[in-house]
Amino acid sequence: MESVTKRYPDGTVAVDRLSLEIPDGSITVLVGPSGCGKTTTLRMINRMVEPTEGTILLDGEDIQRQPVTTLRRSMGYVIQNAGLFQHRTIVDNIATVPRMLGWGKQKARARAAELMERVGLDAALAKRYPYQLSGGQQQRVGVARALAADPPVLLMDEPFSAVDPVVRKGLQDELLRIQDELGKTIVFVTHDIDEAIKLGTMVAVMRTGGRLAQYAPPAELLSDPADAFVEDFLGADRGIRRLSFFPSARLELTTGPVIPLDATAEQIAAPGADHLLVTDADGRPLGWGAPGDLTAGDIRPAELLPHGRPFVPGTDSLRAALDCAVLSPTGWAVAVDAGGRVTGVVSQQTIGEAIRSAHAADRADEAKVSS
Amino acid sequence: MNVLNFVSAFFSDSAHWHGYDGIPQRLLEHVQYSLLALALAAAIGLPVGLLTGHTGRGGNALAFIATAARALPSFGLLVLIVIMMGFGLLPVMIPLVILAVPPILVTTYEAVRSVDPSPVDAARGMGMRESRILFQVELPVALPLILSGLRSAAIQIVSTATIAAYVSLGGLGRYIVDGLYQRDYEKVVGGATLVAVLALVTLAVFWAAGRLAVSPGVRRR
Repeated sequence: MESVTKRYPDGTVAVDRLSLEIPDGSITVLVGPSGCGKTTTLRMINRMVEPTEGTILLDGEDIQRQPVTTLRRSMGYVIQNAGLFQHRTIVDNIATVPRMLGWGKQKARARAAELMERVGLDAALAKRYPYQLSGGQQQRVGVARALAADPPVLLMDEPFSAVDPVVRKGLQDELLRIQDELGKTIVFVTHDIDEAIKLGTMVAVMRTGGRLAQYAPPAELLSDPADAFVEDFLGADRGIRRLSFFPSARLELTTGPVIPLDATAEQIAAPGADHLLVTDADGRPLGWGAPGDLTAGDIRPAELLPHGRPFVPGTDSLRAALDCAVLSPTGWAVAVDAGGRVTGVVSQQTIGEAIRSAHAADRADEAKVSS
Repeated sequence: MNVLNFVSAFFSDSAHWHGYDGIPQRLLEHVQYSLLALALAAAIGLPVGLLTGHTGRGGNALAFIATAARALPSFGLLVLIVIMMGFGLLPVMIPLVILAVPPILVTTYEAVRSVDPSPVDAARGMGMRESRILFQVELPVALPLILSGLRSAAIQIVSTATIAAYVSLGGLGRYIVDGLYQRDYEKVVGGATLVAVLALVTLAVFWAAGRLAVSPGVRRR
């Protein structure tokens, strides 16, 4: 998008000289408070709104140069309340664009069935009508319908903002999975900064008056907000949230204070730690106990302190590890493998050091880039 | 003699079932007038209502014209037109059509206006042409309301088509007009009963049309 402006006849400027390069095959999120022009920006891409000034190029070609219906049919479009056709069954809703493109009924329906599976909808829902589906299911149908003709570009206008937080998280995970499989170029509008950070490869923060405040990958947004507006919009805990982008794989784990349920008196005394993590026969965590309270051969799992939610090094971020440590009554986080067996424990201090060294590495990277 | 006696006497008289003044013939004429008037009114009301409803323009003008048209007395209009144009089918059709256009026009306009805007936005965003949006997205959802407009227009036409008899045409109004003239109240009540029955049949026809034409996704059952 090159210096695009949308000015309404009454003089209101919805989008002001916005320039944005949207990378192929990734998710670009437009985020900002209401009235910042993010939806207008999105709708200019499929010409639901025509810009007053500036040009929008798609693969180097001005989008004004092809017929508007051709342009729109090459872009999937998902809106807030799904906007399903209530008089059509789910399968026919999804088959809409293929039918418009002249596909046969059978082929279009087969494609629709394939997409239902891809977005995680039960095939039994195919013959239902939209009113018989929950909000989350309707939104999945909306995504499937947008993907039906396999468009290279997907425009999503606050698609998940009308569903409850649990369903929203499911839909977000699903979108990331679909994106992994299909590699579409997705432009996603939201007012929810957490959603933006979770989904975006690049995040464009917009401010009231339709101006771009910052355009950066989410990690950079959190570490280096361009100005007070962006910093304020990111919220108070951006430091904590930034930890989501640091891996926990390099944390130094210790197995010293880990003992089995049938530990001997010697095993209990040996580590010399304040607290010991007791595991069951399979190596799964049971809970914490002070050495003085534990009797060899008679450790009662019910009397142990809870161990909190363990994290998986490599899969979870430093944020998850820190969260485990903060939640743990002993201040130690429990690390487990994918099967839930304890691989070690790590203290808040160790996590703190890891955070400091991750920040230092980050700064070193930046210095390298700028020099 | 009470009304029920009139009714049974009228319908049991075999003379009323044959010939050019028989019940089948008059019923057929009445249905023909009504269908013609409804078709003409729909041909005017539906396209204008659909178009104004889709674009959202002209709603106020529409409401004004509809209210004005409703205020015209059908019988007075008929007499006026007959004086101006002479006898015939056309002078009868004009007041009936003027009577039927407003309910069709206004409900069609309202029906299309009140369609949820988000499917329309989605359809436009996926590259559907405006005519297709109107016929494949808005119309199916607006259909129940549009049918109700057609239904009330049809009922009004059926009951008002009796005035055709005043200008020497046929239809069930014949019994009422002639009966009054001849002081044959059996005939008057019989004719009125037939009009009422025809109105009920009209209701049933529209109910069946609704069952057949409206998608279960819109009916929600």
